[in-house]
Amino acid sequence: MLDAAFSVPAQGVTAIWGPSGSGKTTLLCAIAGLTRLEGHVKIGADVWQDGQRFVPVHKRRVGYVFQEASLLPHLSVRGNLDFAIKRNGGHRVDFDGLVERLKLTTLLSRSVGKLSGGERQRVALARALVSAPEILLMDEPLSSLDGEAKAEIVPMIATLSRETGLPILYVSHDAYEVERLADRILRLSKGRIIDMPDMAFNASLDGLTEGQIRALAEAALKAGIKG
Amino acid sequence: MTDLASAIRVTISLAAVTTLCLLVIATPIGWWLSRSRNLFKDIVTAVVALPIVLPPTVLGFYLLVAMGPKSPLMDLLHPFGIRTLNFSFAGLVIGSIVYSLPFAVQPIRNAFESLGQRPFDVAATLRASPLDTFFTVAIPMARKGFLTAALLVFAHTVGEFGVVLMIGGAIPGKTEVVSIRIWQMVEQLDWPNAHRLAGGLLVFAFAMLLSLLLIDRRWGAKHA
Repeated sequence: MLDAAFSVPAQGVTAIWGPSGSGKTTLLCAIAGLTRLEGHVKIGADVWQDGQRFVPVHKRRVGYVFQEASLLPHLSVRGNLDFAIKRNGGHRVDFDGLVERLKLTTLLSRSVGKLSGGERQRVALARALVSAPEILLMDEPLSSLDGEAKAEIVPMIATLSRETGLPILYVSHDAYEVERLADRILRLSKGRIIDMPDMAFNASLDGLTEGQIRALAEAALKAGIKG
Repeated sequence: MTDLASAIRVTISLAAVTTLCLLVIATPIGWWLSRSRNLFKDIVTAVVALPIVLPPTVLGFYLLVAMGPKSPLMDLLHPFGIRTLNFSFAGLVIGSIVYSLPFAVQPIRNAFESLGQRPFDVAATLRASPLDTFFTVAIPMARKGFLTAALLVFAHTVGEFGVVLMIGGAIPGKTEVVSIRIWQMVEQLDWPNAHRLAGGLLVFAFAMLLSLLLIDRRWGAKHA
């Protein structure tokens, strides 16, 4: 069962937090359009899903970082990044800056089969970013990494989020990641949101006045299937 | 000896043309079988596998009828001045395509199935359309299946006997292939040449199978 409705500022990091089986991944997949649920999804002014329409995944400007590395194995690291750039609708991206920030410079010509777990997720993150998304969805991207790799990537995500201003929905059940990254937290339990930040209160907490909140990411999704 | 050379030439051209045609034909079938949850799927799977269990003479008989001058299928070709495809190279190609179809569809289908859903989800979130994804993700990732299919079909076509004899009629230089040539050599008690030719085919078959195993080992390790 999933029955979740929320509305958060489309900026900063919103953590979706909850125990496993609470429907976090299902919620994220439905926002991306990978899973089709009943309901609506709206990112800023773009309606991705409502009663009448369902925009297919490849027409949504969504970035998705999956839990396990999901690099295309027949392409090199650079090939994976180029795959995204070629299809990003002609948006200009700071490729060199990003490659440097995520420490990928020496990895570019490598085959993806020869990367460590941390390296793979950094490439996956870079690939999602160069696809010029409106929102970045991250599904427990660090859960299979060891502490060291985690400690390296968490600050990178924090910096990138701040610098790019890209809104991130960050699914996790790891308290450390949530504490380090989240501007606000949606708590999910058994497919329902049990704790959502009060918008006014939360805005001031983020140091934003309501006027500064540019856009909202909203979703209300329902499903009879188990999440 | 010129007879033998032309038999080898016909065999190799037949195997090459059949392989190319089957890669094109089997790709959409294998794709559909790997992705569809349709009830038809089992029926199509069974039909595709039929040439494995049918005696080649049964297959050859039906092909002979289907490509003969009284067949309604041939009526479609009348405007082009074609009455029958039996005893022609084109007819042999069609027969070989049907005969080797399962050997092309199965590896391609398996290769597509082994990809799972993830690469397709990834490509979609990177804004690749389904068609784009098919050509830039599915096919390159399934390349081992295509190579396996090509080798199997080529080898299987070279090894064909019953079907080509029935619909080809063993016309030297046109439809007579190596396997039939061996049979005729034995009929004429020309054992030394039969030995040479049979030995050649044996070595060829072994080399094909060995290269299949080597491909599997090399690419299998790479994917893990």
